[in-house]
Amino acid sequence: MATVELRFSAQPEHVRTARLVAAAVARRAGVEEALLDEVRLAVGEACSRAVGLHRVNGLLAPVRVVLTEEEKTFSIEVGDGVPGAAESVPGIAAVLDPDIEGEDEMGLAVISGLVDDVEVTTGESGGTIKMSWPVAGASDVA
Amino acid sequence: MDLSLSTRTVGDRTVVEVGGEIDVYTAPKLREQLVELVNDGSYHLVVDMERVDFLDSTGLGVLVGGLKRVRAHEGSLRLVCNQERILKIFRITGLTKVFPIHTTVEDAVNATD
Repeated sequence: MATVELRFSAQPEHVRTARLVAAAVARRAGVEEALLDEVRLAVGEACSRAVGLHRVNGLLAPVRVVLTEEEKTFSIEVGDGVPGAAESVPGIAAVLDPDIEGEDEMGLAVISGLVDDVEVTTGESGGTIKMSWPVAGASDVA
Repeated sequence: MDLSLSTRTVGDRTVVEVGGEIDVYTAPKLREQLVELVNDGSYHLVVDMERVDFLDSTGLGVLVGGLKRVRAHEGSLRLVCNQERILKIFRITGLTKVFPIHTTVEDAVNATD
């Protein structure tokens, strides 16, 4: 079961809220302090991307963020409602190409460079980015 | 925290001091500022990021967009940043090879390479 689940309308101003909530829950779950910046950035990237996808596709459904505390890991799943979107992300080379105006597609590059344990899936109901971090001193926590 | 922006002229350079969080919500403000400067004929920009608390890929995209714009006028866009957590994002994305990154505004203003 999710520790905390968040749904927000696809508006850029709510991404900051998602970052703050994710970092707070990660800290409570026992994710090392040094990794919290990474958690904050990664969840922000995933949410920004989802917000962008929903807006581009005119989707009114909320973006879904599921924060789960497990025995040895803390995981975050960010789900969008756009089927097949995960494959259509150009790489960093496309972003730097002066002929392409794409300014918003570095998100996945940042996530994959930042988080060791990341899984991008796409299904009929939309795509999901799942990221996990180790929980420090899991055995010490009663 | 929101985004704060201020600009000043040093010689032929325009220094843009950015503070706060640059993300999907605030990045359009920075984009607007850079576009406005270029439209007004400022082609040598120094973006001082010492007071930036958070930067994501949307912010990187805006900086890359600014770089493309000044380059179209044979200009330059230099960054000032000493914060490891911000520099890390430039390294991950390979953008350290794209932007000259300086440790002080003075360095950036005087740089000619």
